[in-house]
Amino acid sequence: MAEPLTDDPLVLAGVKFSSRLIMGTGGTTSLDVLGRALAASGTELTTVAIRRVDPGARGSVLDVLAAQGIRVLPNTAGCFTAAEAVRTARLAAEALGTKWVKLEVIADEITLLPDPVELLDAAEQLVALGFTVLPYTNDDPVLAKRLEQAGCAAVMPLGSPIGSGLGIRNPHNIQLMVQAVSVPVILDAGIGTASDASLAMELGCSAVLLATAVTRARDPELMAAAMRSAVIAGRLAYRAGRIPRRHYATPSSPPVDS
Amino acid sequence: MQIVINGNPHEVPDATSLDRAVALISESVTGIAVAVNGDVVSRMAWPRVRLAQGDQIEVLTAVQGG
Repeated sequence: MAEPLTDDPLVLAGVKFSSRLIMGTGGTTSLDVLGRALAASGTELTTVAIRRVDPGARGSVLDVLAAQGIRVLPNTAGCFTAAEAVRTARLAAEALGTKWVKLEVIADEITLLPDPVELLDAAEQLVALGFTVLPYTNDDPVLAKRLEQAGCAAVMPLGSPIGSGLGIRNPHNIQLMVQAVSVPVILDAGIGTASDASLAMELGCSAVLLATAVTRARDPELMAAAMRSAVIAGRLAYRAGRIPRRHYATPSSPPVDS
Repeated sequence: MQIVINGNPHEVPDATSLDRAVALISESVTGIAVAVNGDVVSRMAWPRVRLAQGDQIEVLTAVQGG
């Protein structure tokens, strides 16, 4: 049998990825742990944040990514307004030489939920500036449509708040989003463990983006390997088509001879 | 004159160029981006930009996150 995933790449803005797991780099205790977790995850695309240069910093996350040939996706984490997010995306483009951006515009620090009004505004501005925009969004099918119409290359709904590990609180909305847009839907926050990642893929998401679930696990490298398998399993199950749920049993063996 | 780089005051000669100011806190010129008073300045323009008293300079790079 041919390897079932080789003919099934994730395509973002015309770029093909054989892994459907996107791993963020936040939360590990060291660059060494991060490097081993990234390798175990099999990811080909990973997020970084843009912050002030620390003259005392030893090593750079960029060196870890370059050593493994992983494409870098800067985020706009920490931005509360469209103006801040656009400026951060432009700084990221200048620093990293990429016009891809994970667009985050958050409303407050307690929930880290996206501010939908500022998000759409920022997305429109960045698309006009030629950016490939991957917005972190609420699990709102209507907003997903608006982001797609604005020219975003994907929509990335949360399953639950960032870093909460609460999994996918509203699977029905995620399914509605998958049906509502033709760009990839990437489940982008709240994953706690492998079954959450599988569920996202079973619901029809094109990929899963996670960080905390791996980087703050007791063994990040082992959890990265679990997530890699979970995403593959969920994708295969989605493509295979699950059986309908029934209220009563359906025998899987023939009736007893009489 | 005094300028502010990443929130910290620095005493520099009048009309110091932006590339010299950046070199005060970053050995590398790749993988970083610079804003002066909130405006992004591309790397090629750094030598041409003359700073003034009180200018606020941000020197940024990629860190773990997201």
